[in-house]
Amino acid sequence: MGNNLSSTEFKAKTLDWLDERTGWRMVRDLMDHKVVPIHAGTKWYYFGGITLFLFGVQIFTGVLLLLYYRPTVAEAFDSVRFLMTRVEFGWLIRSIHSWSANLLILSAFIHMFSVVFTHAYRRPRELTWLSGIVLLGLLLGFGFSGYLLPWNQISYFATKVGTDVAGTMPVAGPTLSRFLRGGEDVGGATLTRFFDFHVIILPLIAFGLVGLHVLLVQKHGMSTPSDIPPEKVAQMKFFPNFFLRELVVWYGVLAVLGTLAAIFPWELGEKADPFASAPAGIRPEWYFLAQFYTLKLIPSHVWILEGELLGLFGFGALAAGWVLLPFWAAGRHKLASGVGVFLICYLAAFTFLGYVK
Amino acid sequence: MQGTDSSRTASHDRRTVTSWLLGTGVAASLASFFYPVARFLNPPQVAEAAVNEVDAGKVQDLKPNSGKIVKFGNKPALLVRVNDTEWKAFSAVCTHLNCTVQYQDARREIWCACHNGTYDLNGRVISGPPPKPLEELAVKFRGDEVVISRRA
Ligand code: HEM
Ligand code: FES
Repeated sequence: MGNNLSSTEFKAKTLDWLDERTGWRMVRDLMDHKVVPIHAGTKWYYFGGITLFLFGVQIFTGVLLLLYYRPTVAEAFDSVRFLMTRVEFGWLIRSIHSWSANLLILSAFIHMFSVVFTHAYRRPRELTWLSGIVLLGLLLGFGFSGYLLPWNQISYFATKVGTDVAGTMPVAGPTLSRFLRGGEDVGGATLTRFFDFHVIILPLIAFGLVGLHVLLVQKHGMSTPSDIPPEKVAQMKFFPNFFLRELVVWYGVLAVLGTLAAIFPWELGEKADPFASAPAGIRPEWYFLAQFYTLKLIPSHVWILEGELLGLFGFGALAAGWVLLPFWAAGRHKLASGVGVFLICYLAAFTFLGYVK
Repeated sequence: MQGTDSSRTASHDRRTVTSWLLGTGVAASLASFFYPVARFLNPPQVAEAAVNEVDAGKVQDLKPNSGKIVKFGNKPALLVRVNDTEWKAFSAVCTHLNCTVQYQDARREIWCACHNGTYDLNGRVISGPPPKPLEELAVKFRGDEVVISRRA
């Protein structure tokens, strides 16, 4: 019996066998039925995928960096220098990790704003929006914690300022700042903690949330613009039509990433010295520049409040409104777009000012 | 299952009580698991070696109209030689957000690079976001050694 089994039959039997034990056909059916609406805004659907791809790049290069990186005050800077000067292609892996981190945050922002302008946060996608917002917060946390790891002057002082801002929060501030620093001041304990956040805690949470986010997207399907009746929207199959297009986009992103990383290798700077003055030109990563510049502008006292506290309240109120967007924007989509435009203008202007001033 | 009304309410009540006991028991045990974790996250207070006085180098090592950072315990201090005879010392920790300040000889000011705060040579804020003056330290001489100390 076995010898007159044709190869197609054999294949079908094997797949049946596998399906009985794993239920894999369910996944195939899901992929078969997934569609992507075609309309003027279809291109924005790529940015979620780009963000996911770059997240993958971070994991891949991050795990490689871990082979040489050492998270102590005595060794951190030198281990990164060793990696860049002695390890073959070490400079490239580090440069890709750093550039990809920046592009990742950029593409997450684009993804978020495209969701606002296409009103994709509408019912029933409120939880997709919320999980996305938390993910963006985690990405900023990745950036903030990763920035300190090479233990250079700029990152040392950026971390001092960043954790001190957290400390000006009323009530929980001092505890939070101590929790982040692992003590009264930025030092070895801070480096250990930030390392733990960066490579264990944040990745674990992020994996779970990315899974949830993608699962919700799968459950609801892609949203269609509110001004076109859903039955009028043309569709394209996700697999393989959209997926192959997305692959091409990823390939393009990888090319851009490789080019940036090779032509503008990430710098290391000077080793942090807690007993040196803060160097001129100190500034955080670009995605914190808008807040940073706002902090610079706020006077030390406004009425009875301390300046930072006022700034913090301002940012807090803005952030809370933004997080809750799907809940107040129902039926007020023009307002939501308006707020989106305002936020982009504010971020762009203040990032620019923070950069040139 | 059939039962009289009273037996039904009795079993209902019993169930409520049981689930309440179970619920609070589980909640209490969870709290007892996580309390140590929360405490663990909080770094212990490390006793700071109380420093009241440090040796800041020789007089001739610092030119007039210049400054340098010296270790004052585990914090930085800024020593400024204003001119041949006049010396000043401050805690170098900016009162805004903790950056380490520096002396700017061209403008005869103390400057913080982090958010562009400036202080005069008495430690008072001239401009920028710092809310308070720098803490001033005392400068003494022991032979040709400069000694910085906390002001009484
Ligand atoms: C599981 C994932 C990740 C691992 C294992 C990882 C690992 C590492 C390691 C070991 C370093 C220190 C080496 C260096 O300074 O170049 C580092 C740096 C850094 N990471 Fe990650 N990382 C991960 C994800 C991310 C993500 C998602 C982001 C971005 C949002 C990010 C942003 C950064 C940044 C900005 C640095 C500092 C780069 C520099 O200044 O050199 N990382 N990461
Ligand atoms: S920390 Fe010195 S001006 Fe902000």
